[in-house]
Amino acid sequence: MSIFDGLAAVEEEILKCMKCGNCQAVCPLYQESRREPAVARGKIRLAAAILEGKLEPTDGLAERFDLCLTCLACVASCPSGVKVDRIILAARTALTQKKGLPFIKKAVFTGLSRPRLFDLGVKTAARLQGLLFKNIEPGKMQPRFPIGLELRRIVPPLAPVPFRDQVAEKHAVERPVATVAFFTGCMTNYLYPEIGLAALRVLKAHGVDVIIPRLQHCCGAPILYSGAADMALKMARSHVDLFSSIQADAIITVCGTCGKAFKHLYPELLEDVPGYSERAREVAAKILDITQFLHKLPFNPELFRAPELAVTYHQPCHLGRGLGVVQEPLSIIRSIPGVNYLPLMEPARCCGNAGSFSLTHYDLSYQILTRKLKDIEDTGAQLVVTGCPACRMHLTDGLVKKQMPQKVVHTVELLASSLEEK
Amino acid sequence: MSVAQAIEALRRELGKENVITATEDLFCYSYDATADLPEQKPDVVVTPENVDQVVKVVKIARQYRLPIYPRGSGTNLSGGTVPIKGGIVLSTLKMNRILEIDPSNLTATVQPGVIIQDLNNAVAPYGLIYPPDPGTVATATMGGSVAECSGGLRGLKYGVTRHYVMGLEVVLADGEVIRYGGKTVKNVTGYDLVRLFTGSEGTLGIITEIIVRLIPAPQARETMLAGFSRLADAGNAVADIIGQKVIPATLEIMDRVTVETVENFAHVGLPTDVAAILLIEVDGIPEVVKSEAAAVRQVIAKNSGWIKTAENDEEREKLWSARRAALPALAQRKPTTILEDATVPRSKITDMLLVVEDIGKRYNLVIGTFGHAGDGNLHPTILADARNEEEMERVRAAVEEIFRAALSLGGTLSGEHGIGIAKKQFLPWEMGNSGVQVLKKIKQALDPDNLLNPGKIVDLT
Ligand SMILES: Cc1cc2nc3c(=O)[nH]c(=O)nc-3n(C[C@H](O)[C@H](O)[C@H](O)COP(=O)(O)OP(=O)(O)OC[C@H]3O[C@@H](n4cnc5c(N)ncnc54)[C@H](O)[C@@H]3O)c2cc1C
Ligand code: SF4
Ligand code: SF4
Repeated sequence: MSIFDGLAAVEEEILKCMKCGNCQAVCPLYQESRREPAVARGKIRLAAAILEGKLEPTDGLAERFDLCLTCLACVASCPSGVKVDRIILAARTALTQKKGLPFIKKAVFTGLSRPRLFDLGVKTAARLQGLLFKNIEPGKMQPRFPIGLELRRIVPPLAPVPFRDQVAEKHAVERPVATVAFFTGCMTNYLYPEIGLAALRVLKAHGVDVIIPRLQHCCGAPILYSGAADMALKMARSHVDLFSSIQADAIITVCGTCGKAFKHLYPELLEDVPGYSERAREVAAKILDITQFLHKLPFNPELFRAPELAVTYHQPCHLGRGLGVVQEPLSIIRSIPGVNYLPLMEPARCCGNAGSFSLTHYDLSYQILTRKLKDIEDTGAQLVVTGCPACRMHLTDGLVKKQMPQKVVHTVELLASSLEEK
Repeated sequence: MSVAQAIEALRRELGKENVITATEDLFCYSYDATADLPEQKPDVVVTPENVDQVVKVVKIARQYRLPIYPRGSGTNLSGGTVPIKGGIVLSTLKMNRILEIDPSNLTATVQPGVIIQDLNNAVAPYGLIYPPDPGTVATATMGGSVAECSGGLRGLKYGVTRHYVMGLEVVLADGEVIRYGGKTVKNVTGYDLVRLFTGSEGTLGIITEIIVRLIPAPQARETMLAGFSRLADAGNAVADIIGQKVIPATLEIMDRVTVETVENFAHVGLPTDVAAILLIEVDGIPEVVKSEAAAVRQVIAKNSGWIKTAENDEEREKLWSARRAALPALAQRKPTTILEDATVPRSKITDMLLVVEDIGKRYNLVIGTFGHAGDGNLHPTILADARNEEEMERVRAAVEEIFRAALSLGGTLSGEHGIGIAKKQFLPWEMGNSGVQVLKKIKQALDPDNLLNPGKIVDLT
């Protein structure tokens, strides 16, 4: 039984919570709202109440379970080792199964789960986006009308040509040291092709053959985190089919959430699906964040040089606590000649984006971001580096609004631009 | 319905955003950190933002005869915040401002919802500390810790919360606001009501402002880990250290069960071939620290133990992480963790350790004992599974025996966690019926209608 079969699967997890309240100290949502339902302990109590039949699956319950960034901070600090994220996902799945998805989410996710339709839709949208968004400055747009997006939100424009359409499927180098398959993720493909291009350049510079499978699509994490396990399961299957058919030493991701989906969620989703469980685990075993891969390669700092640059690093939750990638990005950033690394006070604190959370709970999300911006300001860094396109978008939103001068880039973009300098 | 009317009145006075009534939310205020207690939803949760709003809540509660349960972070271990009779839970979490830090008088004035660690962070730049540091220092509120009179890892040398509370503002059950104590080092005016309200567990009044004493941060410290192959040696070493007139800031013990579990789960490099370990930290002026550490090393050797000293911050942090891992590790071994708080005079620590070990054997229970050995405050932690009713029966019987043993050694029911619901039935064992009567008279005088945290410490009938 997996967490996607409902709450019974996490009963042991729920019982493990000894209600010590330690999670209060680290939960960004609790720190803003200071209300018990916002913290892990409260939500675990609610999950127990559903299991005990004391609470019906109401809208109110769904709202309470939406109140979680899945930032894993509570998991990391829980004395009893409660895997809170599993409880939250199981509860969301159970609630969605009983109540169905909200209309908008359903429409969007149906789109996401049909790769070709989605691809076409996004490309059409890319052409029409000027109608809906106004340009604030190059690379930054704001919605003109309520279109299901928060009106105050600053977003990057959709790429005129998505990343995967800009580049060939196979990239061979002479005497390759390794071959990797590159899972790009939606945000990199449609919003930040520059991250994809940067990854490609850096990998090639290290003598790595890169395959960017055409038929890949959304990893399904946003859908899964909303509780629509059935849709996500189909997406997981198609990706396991696709990537297990490719001969590669590793599968590279540039987003912790995508990586975590492949590494942890697919094996769980496909655990009982005949013909898939083993392959899902094999695929999972090959997943590496790009910094992990470079670090193992090993990374060659000789190739890089940055102009004198004060840099700080924001650790994405799913990359750091989710995949355990904490040291690699730092060691890479610090080894670039010219880079002066200035750590944040709380590098691992969630930026508040958390996927669709920042759309549905913009004010809360922005409050959480405000603390991050202050932390960034205090470092005196000129550039914010992070390992996740979604964090990049959210941080940029805040920096623009606060009229702060710092720019945000993905770790591989810093690398690619330092390559150029040489 | 009077509850509905009360809620209406609360909304009118506090604003909608400070009155919580959704069933889903009420569930989340039906418990605290105490294991093996019944849960109960309140009728409403209020989040007042200032003392005036607290007064309004009290007046409305009076009018509609609803009990009020003050609540900080809900981390207490005695059932103190469980609203067993329904009514109003009053969360202080929105009253969370540090009102003043006064370095010239070495005091700070805070609202009750301030988290203890936040106060410590705020006074650190002045070279000051607020010593009480319960295990929950990063989550517990000042109001909750004053109401529980919590202790912590530094209790041996620095005492408990009571020793740092200098003044209080309290809203009484009739809605009157009183202020007692203040910033003066000396204050002997009238009865000591500051002490009365400290440790009153929300049963006598609602604390809305607190003046605390701060002390200079120690200049130096030395941290040591000692291991023993016999439990009695560890206990005797504790008594001998104090006997040498050395008062460490921290003198913590972990028994074999705890050490093994910590090592299994947390892999912090503890020796697993010991009956017990001690974690000792001496602090103060560098020269004193040096001589005290030397005295400690001698005592350990005399009691057939070995000792390791942390050479740098990194090593010190490692030793501390072992101590901090104690409860977490125990908690991961079985789903239900019943953490007790039996306290004996420190000369009796060895006896108590042996008694607990024996009780564990006789009731066939896994008990890990760790705690603040230096001040005689042990936390025998019983590991069980709440679903196993037969086992829970044995747990309850063992808990009773632990308390009886502590009392017969001249100890007390609670070193720092309070009485709440969990231990009120044992009160007569410690203070006799006439002693309990005095508590009741005080409660009766200050809260005749039994509206403030009813059902805790004493029942009014
Ligand atoms: C893992 C763990 C470790 C712990 N370690 C220690 C330790 O080392 N030492 C120790 O002493 N305790 C310890 N505790 C117990 C607990 O953390 C402390 O008692 C803490 O001070 C309670 O603070 P709180 O804000 O959570 O209060 P709550 O639990 O919310 O409330 C505690 C009591 O105070 C009352 N109260 C709260 N606010 C007010 C107010 N403003 N006015 C009047 N009454 C009020 C409540 O009604 C209740 O009776 C531990 C608990 C846990 C779970
Ligand atoms: S820290 Fe863990 S055990 Fe403690 S209340 Fe939170 S989830 Fe429960
Ligand atoms: S995952 Fe993050 S947001 Fe969710 S409960 Fe845990 S700490 Fe809070």
